[in-house]
Amino acid sequence: MDHDAYSNSYIRDVLNSTKTVAMVGASPKWNRPSYFVMKYLQAKGYRVIPVNPGAAGQEILGETVYGDLKSVPEPIDMVDIFRNSEAAGPIADEAVEVGAKTVWMQLTVRNDAAAARAEAAGLNVVMDRCPKIEFARLNGEIGWSGVNSGVISSKRRRARA
Amino acid sequence: MTQESPYGFETLAIHAGAAPDPATGARATPIYQTTAYVFDDADHAASLFNLQDYGYIYSRLGNPTVSVLEERVAALEGGRGATATASGHAAQMLAMFTLMEPGASFVAANKLYGGSVTQFMRTFQKFGWDCEMVDVDDFAAVEEALKKSTVKALFCESLANPGGVISDLEPLAELAHAAGVPLIVDNTMASPALCRPFEWGADIVIHSTTKFISGHGNAMGGMVVDSGNFNWAQNDKFPSLTQPEPAYHGLNFFETFGDLAMTVHGHAVGLRDLGPTMAPMNAFLAITGSETLPLRMERHCQNAAEIAHFLNTHPKVAWVSYAGLEGNKYKPLADKYLGGKAGSVFTFGVKGGYEAGLQLVESCELFSHLANLGDTRSLILHPASTTHRQLTEEQQISAGAGPDVLRISIGLETAKDLIADLEQAMAGA
Repeated sequence: MDHDAYSNSYIRDVLNSTKTVAMVGASPKWNRPSYFVMKYLQAKGYRVIPVNPGAAGQEILGETVYGDLKSVPEPIDMVDIFRNSEAAGPIADEAVEVGAKTVWMQLTVRNDAAAARAEAAGLNVVMDRCPKIEFARLNGEIGWSGVNSGVISSKRRRARA
Repeated sequence: MTQESPYGFETLAIHAGAAPDPATGARATPIYQTTAYVFDDADHAASLFNLQDYGYIYSRLGNPTVSVLEERVAALEGGRGATATASGHAAQMLAMFTLMEPGASFVAANKLYGGSVTQFMRTFQKFGWDCEMVDVDDFAAVEEALKKSTVKALFCESLANPGGVISDLEPLAELAHAAGVPLIVDNTMASPALCRPFEWGADIVIHSTTKFISGHGNAMGGMVVDSGNFNWAQNDKFPSLTQPEPAYHGLNFFETFGDLAMTVHGHAVGLRDLGPTMAPMNAFLAITGSETLPLRMERHCQNAAEIAHFLNTHPKVAWVSYAGLEGNKYKPLADKYLGGKAGSVFTFGVKGGYEAGLQLVESCELFSHLANLGDTRSLILHPASTTHRQLTEEQQISAGAGPDVLRISIGLETAKDLIADLEQAMAGA
């Protein structure tokens, strides 16, 4: 996988094959980026389970917060990492252990060694991207903000997914 | 990050940003002539106001017709995103508004469109923004000017108005980056059909879409395009993007939106609070115009080259400043940055100076005497008595708009008819 240039079809397949996201580093504060992403993904039909040892037992956007990935009591499709690049390494390894299909590292987060380990275990890896931005980009919403989606199509777009 | 598209420039000019209307299937982009947009419910409204969801609130911040043009121009420039504005001047104000603070300064090329000189040197002073003008051909002078701790940006035109001067973008980008500031390039005169400044390291591109992008002299507009490549957090120079924004409950734009930060800020703060929004009708006209940009630029440049050669050998012409002519100082830069083309706007001087120039302008039958450029129609102007009138004579000369200078913008008419018109006008001059 070329982690400098993902194809639209790769990102689309990852997003389409995901139903449940465990969000590591999810913040209970409404003005933090993770909260934005969680709320958006919920609105698009994803189940998002927050993981944050500092907020374990609390609720974020109607979901119970767990202290670590292994404590999440249900199957996880994607682990979305809101931590720095170094911290992302052990979290990616845990994602492999809990049987996730995808490890996703947020904007500015990149750990190539951890990515290689996860890929060797058969997982999809996306780094330095945001699933909210990517979902909006591939579904015609991001252009509403003047952003270049890179998508060209002569088909009718869905107004909302 | 800069976007490399698998599609060719002509395909992007027609399709980028514009899919069939989701509700009706309309293939041409509809003119969404509305001021506001209904919310699904209170929570949806809250998400939109908090910038947590994508969508339209009020047309001052965004409009579906306008955003098609934004994505179109962003794609043509290979940029990450764009913010449309009411005019090119508004685009300059909006870009600087995001970067500057009271007491801050920027460095700009001294050979700039006269309207930009006045905006930068006089009107921006009222915001507490200082501008230092330097000759951007003199790299040592640029480097020296960028050393001031207050400097937030380096600004130049890819192809300068009116003088046919071309900026050496690649080394200028390196100088700006060494100083920790972005290079901003006004790409109006070249258009992305000739020059894509991001490919040479520029960080922000400014357009007056009124000119070649619209191309028909009928729609005002401007654009701020962000490459998405500049790391705003590399120093503490850009607090609007890297510090908590009180008007959005402490939101940090760069942390939250990454390489979209400048474009989101342009809409959510710039357009919201300054208000220089592009009208949907103007966006529609610019969208239509942009579809033929590559074709028009080819003919604009071909016609301009023919007329420049004609003038260059005419006995009543003292000099021609057109970078496409052999021996012109900027010819190597035209080859490097503009694909060997030199645009369709250039200046020349007639023997007989100010009076002869004025008489030539007034004697034209086909060329229109007006202050615009990048029209299908050919245009002629005497900058010293019009567009550059507010400058001192010293500034006029430094901007390439001295008393004997005439500026022409070559349109898409038959070249021999344009030559005949200039010939008859000069016979009387």
